[in-house]
Amino acid sequence: MLSKIFKSLASLRLTVVCLALALVLVFGGTIAQVHLGLYEVQARYFRSWLVLWDLPGSKMGIPIFPGGWLIGGVLLINLVASHITRFQFSRKKLGIWLAHLGLIILLSGQFLTEACQVESLMRVEVGETKTYSEDSRKLELVVIDTTNPDRDDVVSIPADNLANSKEIRHPQLPFALRVKGYLPNALPTRGGGAQPGALKSSQGIGQQIQFAPTAVTAAMESENSPAALIEIVGDKGSIGDWVVSPWLTKMSSLGRLTEWLGSDASILATPQAFACNSHNYRIEMRPTRYYKPYTLKLIEFRHDLYPGTDIPKNFSSRVHLEDPTMGESRDVLIYMNNPLRYRGDTYYQSSFEPGDRVSILQVVRNPASATPYLACILITTGLLIQFMMHLFTFARKNSAVAAVPVADARLARPASNFDQKEKRL
Amino acid sequence: MKKWLPWTCLVVFALWFLSGARAPEPKNKFDLTLFGRLPVLLNGRIQPMDTVARNALLSMRGKSTVRAVGNTLSATEWMLEAMTKPELADQRKVFRVQAPELEGLLGADKPGLNYYAYNDFTNQLPQLQSQIQTLAKSEESRDDAAKNRTAYQKDLMHLYSSLMLYRQIKNSLQPEGCVDFPADIAAYKAALGPAMTAVRKQDVKEEFDKSAMDRLSPLFHEFQDMASVAYPLAVPPKAGDAPGNWRNIGASLIESARTEEIHPAIPFLAAIASSYAKNRPQDFRAAVAGYESWLQANNLDASVQKSRHEFLFNQLEPFYKAMVVYVAALILGCIFWINMSESVRKTGVMLLVLGFVIHTLGLGFRMWLEGRPPVTNLYSSAIFIGWGAVLLGLILERLFKGAIGLVASSLIGFITLIIAHHLSLSGDTMEMLRAVLDTNLWLATHVVTITIGYSSMFLAGLLAVIYVVAGFFTSRMSQPVLDGAAQSQDLGNILTRMVYGIVCFSTIFSFVGTVLGGIWADQSWGRFWGWDPKENGALLIVLWNAIILHLRWGGMIKDRGLMAMAVGGNIVTSFSWFGVNMLGVGLHSYGFMDAAFPWLVAFVASQVVIIVLALMSERFWASFKSASR
Repeated sequence: MLSKIFKSLASLRLTVVCLALALVLVFGGTIAQVHLGLYEVQARYFRSWLVLWDLPGSKMGIPIFPGGWLIGGVLLINLVASHITRFQFSRKKLGIWLAHLGLIILLSGQFLTEACQVESLMRVEVGETKTYSEDSRKLELVVIDTTNPDRDDVVSIPADNLANSKEIRHPQLPFALRVKGYLPNALPTRGGGAQPGALKSSQGIGQQIQFAPTAVTAAMESENSPAALIEIVGDKGSIGDWVVSPWLTKMSSLGRLTEWLGSDASILATPQAFACNSHNYRIEMRPTRYYKPYTLKLIEFRHDLYPGTDIPKNFSSRVHLEDPTMGESRDVLIYMNNPLRYRGDTYYQSSFEPGDRVSILQVVRNPASATPYLACILITTGLLIQFMMHLFTFARKNSAVAAVPVADARLARPASNFDQKEKRL
Repeated sequence: MKKWLPWTCLVVFALWFLSGARAPEPKNKFDLTLFGRLPVLLNGRIQPMDTVARNALLSMRGKSTVRAVGNTLSATEWMLEAMTKPELADQRKVFRVQAPELEGLLGADKPGLNYYAYNDFTNQLPQLQSQIQTLAKSEESRDDAAKNRTAYQKDLMHLYSSLMLYRQIKNSLQPEGCVDFPADIAAYKAALGPAMTAVRKQDVKEEFDKSAMDRLSPLFHEFQDMASVAYPLAVPPKAGDAPGNWRNIGASLIESARTEEIHPAIPFLAAIASSYAKNRPQDFRAAVAGYESWLQANNLDASVQKSRHEFLFNQLEPFYKAMVVYVAALILGCIFWINMSESVRKTGVMLLVLGFVIHTLGLGFRMWLEGRPPVTNLYSSAIFIGWGAVLLGLILERLFKGAIGLVASSLIGFITLIIAHHLSLSGDTMEMLRAVLDTNLWLATHVVTITIGYSSMFLAGLLAVIYVVAGFFTSRMSQPVLDGAAQSQDLGNILTRMVYGIVCFSTIFSFVGTVLGGIWADQSWGRFWGWDPKENGALLIVLWNAIILHLRWGGMIKDRGLMAMAVGGNIVTSFSWFGVNMLGVGLHSYGFMDAAFPWLVAFVASQVVIIVLALMSERFWASFKSASR
């Protein structure tokens, strides 16, 4: 029984079915990008077990196709199983053996990447020194203890947790955070009266600005800006409530908010702070930060154009890397196709802000980043060996048909059927 | 006759190709070659006047020549005329209008493909303008508006940009309507000193000579207008300037107000303009030759040489000529299939080799001019796909002398070069590469490998089409053919082995190319794989090949199944090559892309028909019938 299951897991038919399903999925996922955008398609088609079809008018999704993880997973099992059972390590099969080993490494590496890769951005201005990178798609609620002037103690809570929590307690905090309201996507509004569903607070900026719910967006270019109303409850009762939102912290949103407020923008300058047990705290919701054990300072950003055009020729950032623990202190030039790799992080020149003063570096941490390179070498070698062997037999003629295990003998009939009539035509 | 037919054909076509290297005869005694190879800066690169003229005319008219009463104008001649004799140029029919509604608006008497001269719609200009303004206004708020234009709107915008370009060209060598440019410049130079002194005095509130300023003012404004519209940057950088610091003539003259010196190139350029305008071939020649030697004497020899080389490349027209030779080879291959005359096949193969040599020369010349690997944009990918397929086809023809490789590769060579020609209509084919693409390492590895993958997919697909069509309608597939080892096998068997072998070849290149692409992505933005449409397109080819090979190894498909799958490979490859660019996701949609969409659909439909034929029962196949008879 067990061997039967194993045999079917290793079957060539399963391989073909998986490949065909993958083909359909990739094609569908490409066409779907026209309407859904790249990010949404990745989540729905490729980084999922099942592709769901939203039943119109409801929130229910009906599975209609296997997703990327399912197909890839089954294909990986199929590969490993057939690698164990069918492929002998012989000279004749060496190429096939190597190529499929490479494929196993490639697929496993991609699964590992999906699971472990952390992507973030570092926005750094000329002359500025940065110790962290940020992920603007992943937000965190932070309570910062600012009592000690020399350092800040940060308690971070993933913002996604707020959606389903009533009250949050943290061992480092002498108070509880009570979630009085949460909006997955919010727009700031002003003006008289309480608006239905809008968040308004008794303390901080939420007194002047309300946050009204708005439709959740799925497009790649736009991100959701949630808002939450948090009440701080100490031992002696409520200290007050504050509205937190990336509108108040994220560079791009803050810029828009400042512009919208016009002359009243000064209200944004006051931090949302409170005191408890003779400690001072600040509360905000911001893009998740990843602190580094070293610092990067942007010395120069260049954005070169081809003469007489506005076609970009080059973007580059000259940064100074300072790492006391490793004794590193050096300048590095990061430019297109030439990233900085340091202590598991890779920094790529990703973008810049108008004015050429601000460089945006993409920071990727991927423990499996070497697997494609290894896989590429193995598969290329394997395929070359295999097809070279075919080519030799093919060129030698004698067994070209044998290179195809099952050839249709019907058309390979001897030449006796040559039709004389045809020749006269 | 049989003996010398191949060699005669070869020599005739080779001579025809080489004739392009000769400088064209002076026309009306004007040496246009000298002018055509003068260097200017446009699109971020040094190029000859000839290239500027060709690309401008191609984008306006769709052809690189202008037909006039009694003669045909080359692109350079037309541009020089537009620059210096606008009243004549306004009568040339260089504006292509295709949409019937737009033609109606212009008052065309018969619809269809029509060319218009500038003078033809002087009366309709206000109406055109208001139409364009309405369109622009309605599109203001929508980001994707350009994608959703109707045929009429597209044509309207094309006409609009052609008119703008025409106006730019008219103001590139001298201000439009200028009677005597050298005299204007002399007057400007004379007025500069006193006028500038007056300006400085005015600034410190001293008494100043207002009449000196008034003398300069009209010329200054004229040059200012010219500076704002001129097309190529014709004035080279001054000694000590950055090498990319070219300016247009107007801008250079405006700058003279600051330096109070006229750039030394300007008198030459002005003399070129006025001598052509006033019909003085001798002066024209002297001015152009004088300018060229001035450039060479002033550290600009590299630009002069580069421009001359590109001019020669334009004159040779290697891709157009390779295309014609391929057509000849294709016809001979088809004739061979009918009369089975070996000398016809031999002639065809020789022409295919010649076409391939010309194709290779063109490709190599282009690479040398650009300093880049062969494929840098969609245009050059078409050229390279054809090149790769012809090379493979030649190898096949050497192995099996049945004209299969000959017909298949000359057909692919011809079609891809036609596609390349249409892609060239959208502008400069040697455009500069955006920052992320500016890497010869990855262009040479990833792009080349993946493109060879495309070549082989199309070749396998076309061989399969030949198998299906010939097998279904004729008994050819069951007939014996002498192969390389003088063994006789039937044609169907040989084609099966060819297709299988090429699919294997294609698998290697597509796979390695795709993984290299991933590694490039990892190098440039830290993601090995991002499910971007172009990446997915490459992956589809790999998956398709993997399916074919596994089906074959598992005995799940036999010959006809293999052929059906290989024809399907044509669909997958054309989607990957062109289809993903039409999705408009993260990529710009070009003019040709809209026109190409129905063609792509037609191609896919034709391939589906072939697949259906391939899967029909053997009872319907002429080859099976004759084989079992």
